[in-house]
Amino acid sequence: MDVLLASRLQFAVAAGFHFLFVPLTLGLSVLTAIFQTLWLKTGDEDYRRAARFWGKLFLINFGLGVVTGITLEFQFGTNWRFYSQYVGDIFGSLLAIEATLAFFLESTFIAVWWFGWNRINPKIHTLAIWLTAIASNLSALWILLANGWMQNPVGYVIREGRAELADFWAVLTNSFAWWQFLHTVPAAFVLSGFFVLGVSAWHILRKNELTFFKKSFRIAAIWTVIFSLYLIVEGHIHGAEVARVQPTKLAAMEAHWETEKGAGWVLFAIPDEENERNLVEFIKIPKVLSLLAYHDPNAEVKGLKEWPKEERPPVAWTFWAFRIMVGLGFLFGLLSILAYLARNNPEKSPRLLKVLLWNIPLPYVAAQAGWIVAEVGRQPWIVYGLMKTKDAVSPLSSVQVGISLPAFIIVYGILGIICFWLIAYHAKKGPEKVSEIPSELVTKTNK
Amino acid sequence: MDLEFYQTLWFVLWGVLWAGYLALDGFDLGAGSLLYVLGKSDQERRAIYQSIGPFWDGNEVWLITAGGATFAAFPTAYAVMFSSLYTPLLLLLFALIIRGVAVEYRNKYESPTWRNLWDIAFFVGSLAPALLLGVFFANLFKGIPIDEKGILQTNLLGLLHPYALLGGILFVFCFATHGALWLALRAPEPLASRSASLAKITWAITFVLTGFFLLISGFFTNIWQNFKNYPILSIVPILMICTYLLVPVFIRSAKYLHAWIFSALTIVLFTAWGMIGLFPNLLPSSIDPAYSLTIYNSSSSLLTLKIMTIVAVIFVPVVLLYTYWAYKTFSYRLSKEEVSY
Repeated sequence: MDVLLASRLQFAVAAGFHFLFVPLTLGLSVLTAIFQTLWLKTGDEDYRRAARFWGKLFLINFGLGVVTGITLEFQFGTNWRFYSQYVGDIFGSLLAIEATLAFFLESTFIAVWWFGWNRINPKIHTLAIWLTAIASNLSALWILLANGWMQNPVGYVIREGRAELADFWAVLTNSFAWWQFLHTVPAAFVLSGFFVLGVSAWHILRKNELTFFKKSFRIAAIWTVIFSLYLIVEGHIHGAEVARVQPTKLAAMEAHWETEKGAGWVLFAIPDEENERNLVEFIKIPKVLSLLAYHDPNAEVKGLKEWPKEERPPVAWTFWAFRIMVGLGFLFGLLSILAYLARNNPEKSPRLLKVLLWNIPLPYVAAQAGWIVAEVGRQPWIVYGLMKTKDAVSPLSSVQVGISLPAFIIVYGILGIICFWLIAYHAKKGPEKVSEIPSELVTKTNK
Repeated sequence: MDLEFYQTLWFVLWGVLWAGYLALDGFDLGAGSLLYVLGKSDQERRAIYQSIGPFWDGNEVWLITAGGATFAAFPTAYAVMFSSLYTPLLLLLFALIIRGVAVEYRNKYESPTWRNLWDIAFFVGSLAPALLLGVFFANLFKGIPIDEKGILQTNLLGLLHPYALLGGILFVFCFATHGALWLALRAPEPLASRSASLAKITWAITFVLTGFFLLISGFFTNIWQNFKNYPILSIVPILMICTYLLVPVFIRSAKYLHAWIFSALTIVLFTAWGMIGLFPNLLPSSIDPAYSLTIYNSSSSLLTLKIMTIVAVIFVPVVLLYTYWAYKTFSYRLSKEEVSY
C-alpha cells in the first residue's frame, strides 16, 4: 500500500477516533462540575448523585480520550517526519506547552476527584473537578493554536529550510486559531448537553428517577440552548474567516468553480471534480455566497478554477461534510429551543424525549464532519500555503504502515465498541441510591 | 545568553523528564507486571489496580511531556527518532493504550470473564512497555544505524541485539522491584508483606543485572567516554550503586517509603548516567559519529528555546507541587474494605 495514503488514513483514523471522546470530555467535565457546585451550594442530594452519575460516564469516556491522545503526539514523528522537522520549532513547542500546562493538571485532578470522594474536604473536592474541566478546555486551546497555525501560519520566518518562530505573540493571537477554539469548544458543549438531555430523556420516558433526571434535563436544556444558538452565529463569522484566510477551502465547501462577483449560493450539488463543474445544482440563490462570505452581495468570490488542479482540496468531501455539519447545526438550534421550552415538565413531551434520545449520535456526526471540513479542506497542504502533505511523510516501508493501519483500525474499533457499550450500560443503570453511597462519605459531607 | 547554553539546558531538562517518567511510571508498570505473581485472588488483583489508581495517568503524562519536549526543543531528533523506531514505538503505544483502558474499565462491570480479559491486557500492557523502554534506551546508548540523511539501515530485528535485550530485561526487573516496593507501601496485608519479600529477590536480580549492564556498556557503547574525560562525573554511577544498596536495608527494617524513594533515586541516577554518557548526542549513529543527531545539529531556534525555558521555569515547579500533594494525599495504606467496594 502507498505509504502516503496509508499514513493519511492512519492519521485520519487516529485523529477522528480521538475526537469521538474529546467533545464529551470537554463538556461533561464542566457539567459535572456545575452539578457538584449546585450540591455544595444547596445541599440537595440529587445534585451530588448527579455529579457522581454524570462524572462516572465522563470518566469512562475520558479513559479512551487520554490513551488515544498519546497516539496523536507520537504520530507526527512516526509518520510525518519531514513535517515535524519543518514545523517543530513552532508546532512542537505548542504541544509541549499543552502537556505542561494542561495534561498534568487534568490527569492529576481527575484522579483527586474520583478517589477523593470520602477523603478530602468537599470544597477542595469540588475545586478538583473544576480544575479538571478547566485543564481539559485549556488543552483544547493549545492544540487548536497548534492546528490553527497549520491552517493559517503566522509569526514565522523560513530559515535553513524550516519554519522558525519569529513572533510568539502572533502565534498566540492567531485569529484563525481563536475562531477554531470558539467553535470547537462550544460545539463540544452542545454535544455534551445533548448527551445529558438524551440520557435523561431515556429515564424520564420510563418514569425512572423522575425528579433526579428532570433536574439534569433542566440544566442541560439551558446549557444546550445557549451554545447551540451561539454556534449558529459563530459558525457564520467563522466561515467568513475561512473565506478570508483559506479561499481554496471556502471554494470547496461551496463547490464554487468560477470566480465571479455576486456569487450565488447552492443548497445541494454533486461536484464533478474531473470536469471542473457541478453535475447537478439544487436550489441556487443568487448573490448569497458573496453576501455570506464577504458581507457584500457583489463581492468577488474566487472559484476553484483559480488554482491548478493539484492545489485544490477534494471537493465532494469538503462540500458534503460542510453541509452535514451546518444542517445538523440548525437542527440542534431547533431541538435545543424545544428542549428549553420543555425544561420544567419534559415528561409531558414524550415525542420530544424520543427525538432527543435518538439525537445523541448526531452531534458526534457533526463534530466529525466539522473536522473533515477543516482537515480535508486544507489539502493538499499540511501547512496551508507552505508545505504539502505529500512532502511531509516519513520514509517508511509499505509493510510497516501496511501492518500498523489495520492494527489501529482493529484495536480502536474494539475499544470504541467497548467504551460506548459501557457508557450505555452505566447510563441505563442510572444514579446510585443515597443508601448505596459509601457511608463514610455521608458522615463526612454532612458536617 | 547564547544558543549553546539553551541547547545544553534543554538536554538537561530532556534528561529530567525521562528520569521523572521512568521513576514514576516505573512503579505502576512494575506493579502491573506483577499482577499474576502477587495477585493470588481477584481481591488482591483489585488491590494492585487500586494501589496505582490515582497515579498512573499523571505518571504517563511525563512520557507525553518528554515526547513533547523532544519535539519542541530538538525537532530533528524527534522526527528521526520517532520515524526510525516506528515499529517499537507503535508497540509501546498499543501496550499503553490497552493498559490504560484496562485500569479504567476493569471494575466498571461485574463479570469474572470481563475482569480476566482486562487483567491480561493490564499485565501485557505493563510488562511490554518496561521491556520496550529498556530496549529503547539501550539502543539510544549504543546508537542506531542511521545514515547521513537519518534513514535507518536496519529493521526491527536489527534493533533487538543482545545488548538491547539485556537493557529490556534490566528494566523489567528494575520496574518490578519498584512496583513491589510501592505495593509493600500501599497494599493491604498479606499482599504487602508478600510484595516486600518479592522485592528482596527482584532487587538482587536487578542489582546483578545493573552491574553487568554498566560493565558491558563499556564494550558495546561509547557511554563511558565522557566519564573517562571527566572522571569527577563517575560520582553519578557510584552514587547510584550506593542508593540501590540501601534499598534492601530499608526493606528489612520495613521502611517501605524509604525503600521506594531510594529505588526511585536509583532510577533517576541511572538515567543521569545514561544522559551524561550520551551528551551531546540525542541519537548517536552507529554507522558514523558524523551522522549522529546532537543537541547542536537538531535543536530549535534560540527564541523557541527561550520561550520554552520561561514556560518550564514557571510551570514545572507548580506541577511538582500539586503532584507532591496528590501523592501525599493518596499514598496511605489501603484498607481491605476500601478495596472491596
